[in-house]
Amino acid sequence: MSPTLNDYLILSAILFAIGTAGVFLRRNLITILLSIEIMLNAVNLSFVAFGRSFGTADGQIIVFFVMTVAAAEAAVGLAIVIGLFRHRESLNPDTFTSLKW
Amino acid sequence: MPPITPLLIAQVVLILVVFHALLLAAAAMVWIERRLAAALQQRSGPIRVGWQGLLQPFADVIKLMFKEELRPKAADAILFGLAPIISAACAFSAFAVVPFGGGTTLFGLLSEPMKLQVADVNVAVLVIFAIASMGVYGIVLAGWSSNSKYSLLGGLRSSAQMISYELSYGMALASVLLVGNSLSLTDIVNGQSGYWFHVIPKWFIVVQPLGFLIFMTAGVAETNRAPFDFPEAEQELVAGYHTEYSSMSFAMFFLAEYINMVTVSAVATDLFLGGWHGPLLPESLGWIWFLLKVLALLFFYVWMRWTLPRYRYDQLMAFGWKVLLPVSVVNLLVTAAGVLYFGA
Amino acid sequence: MTFFYLFGGIAVIASLLVIAQRNPIYSVLLLIASFGALSGLYVLLDAPFVAVTQIIVYAGAIMVLFLFVVMLLNAPHEDTEHDERVHPLRRPGPMRFGAVLAIALVVELLWALTRAGSAAGAFPEGAVISVRAIGKSLFTEYAFPFEVTSLLILVAMVGAVILAKREARP
Repeated sequence: MSPTLNDYLILSAILFAIGTAGVFLRRNLITILLSIEIMLNAVNLSFVAFGRSFGTADGQIIVFFVMTVAAAEAAVGLAIVIGLFRHRESLNPDTFTSLKW
Repeated sequence: MPPITPLLIAQVVLILVVFHALLLAAAAMVWIERRLAAALQQRSGPIRVGWQGLLQPFADVIKLMFKEELRPKAADAILFGLAPIISAACAFSAFAVVPFGGGTTLFGLLSEPMKLQVADVNVAVLVIFAIASMGVYGIVLAGWSSNSKYSLLGGLRSSAQMISYELSYGMALASVLLVGNSLSLTDIVNGQSGYWFHVIPKWFIVVQPLGFLIFMTAGVAETNRAPFDFPEAEQELVAGYHTEYSSMSFAMFFLAEYINMVTVSAVATDLFLGGWHGPLLPESLGWIWFLLKVLALLFFYVWMRWTLPRYRYDQLMAFGWKVLLPVSVVNLLVTAAGVLYFGA
Repeated sequence: MTFFYLFGGIAVIASLLVIAQRNPIYSVLLLIASFGALSGLYVLLDAPFVAVTQIIVYAGAIMVLFLFVVMLLNAPHEDTEHDERVHPLRRPGPMRFGAVLAIALVVELLWALTRAGSAAGAFPEGAVISVRAIGKSLFTEYAFPFEVTSLLILVAMVGAVILAKREARP
């Protein structure tokens, strides 16, 4: 009995929920970025599962683009984190609540 | 449980043979390096342990096993122990998709020929590249978890060097893919059988000489060997990322380095030098030709180490980004144009 | 099916540990383990190219970037303003709201799980989509997003370098 599309979608939903919980609950900028990566991967899994169930290559191609966008976003996000850390010496988003630089 | 056929037994035996051959290859590399270095420097090297010093690597291993396994108190215990494991595991697994011989029936014992390759994946080239990128973690974690200046600097420099040269490595691979028209290493090697004008073998090095040079240069930089071994240079950084390691963990890092060298040579042989094809021998004994070609490349590796001075770190990085990467991109474009024009 | 449960289990447990870990380096390493499990799931879904690309791009490049930044910033432990032993639901302010949202998402998920019994949606028998087909599609049908992606990466590279550069002291 091989896994069905539903199984993959449920797994993807679980991973997405875990990622979202990480973004909401963690107070460390880098862990928040990691949770965003978990969410992106959950979405990738959904895409590939759907692509397989329709038999086309489109799912894999969209995953290709999602990975590229995730790489670009991780790079820029981490550069911003470095800039913020240099200024306030803290990775806690609660220290960046005031607009004053 | 799949049915136990002679083919299955042969494949399990093949896995064991490849694993032990890699271990022996690392030991042989230790001997080759020391004797060749001695010959290049006009001295004799280890000649006393066993005939011509052939038991020297085993003596070294036994000595290393008896040393005390030290761990700095401030080192992160989990990562400190995990780093050599990651390095060695990635080095071994990369060889799982490298074919080293044509189909062989083991002198008629098997009903159908079995490929001399542990796993025939149809994206083999990409798998090698993926495992090479995972090998960076062993070094980064070793440098970080040792909690010492030399280790951290060495680890970060070494991993930055590896990921920079991975780009040129990948571009050179991509140029071969254009010519070979497949991602599976077995298909690429089989595309190199035959001769032009009955004399020149159809190896891809003839079609892609620049690609071969780029691949070997990037391979040398990937394995942290001279002249790109600044992160491990004794004079600069004590020993780089493996300063704080001793005994078997240190041996694992060295094992990983030598096996990475063997893997890069083996992949270069498969991609550029025709794999196991060669004159005079039948297909099933092709692994002898493969072995000879890999030994030739390893000879170049050792020769380069003991001849060329090492690059300084900024020169190394500048070379990787400003020279090797543009050259490999140009090579890719010219190859693509050539394939379009000549119709592959 | 056992492979699905194995890889799926590793992915879920590793992701849970990622958000539960205090030390960011362990979080990054656990996330790499999660990506490895996802790569195995892609292989089960007959997508070897995506599986290998996941290892090369995500586990091999993006996570190395994360690891470098964590090591550079050298902030091993998260310092919070709240007492760590208090349950997230009882902490004041945005934490409580975030925890409520996370619980709402989990409840929705359980609801969807119990409802999903109807259409089984088994996968049709099909050949593995070759890399050749993917490449062909990428360069013909999806050529415009492909080129735009290269521009995106260029912009991201330039932006990252400029953002992370140290300001020149006068």
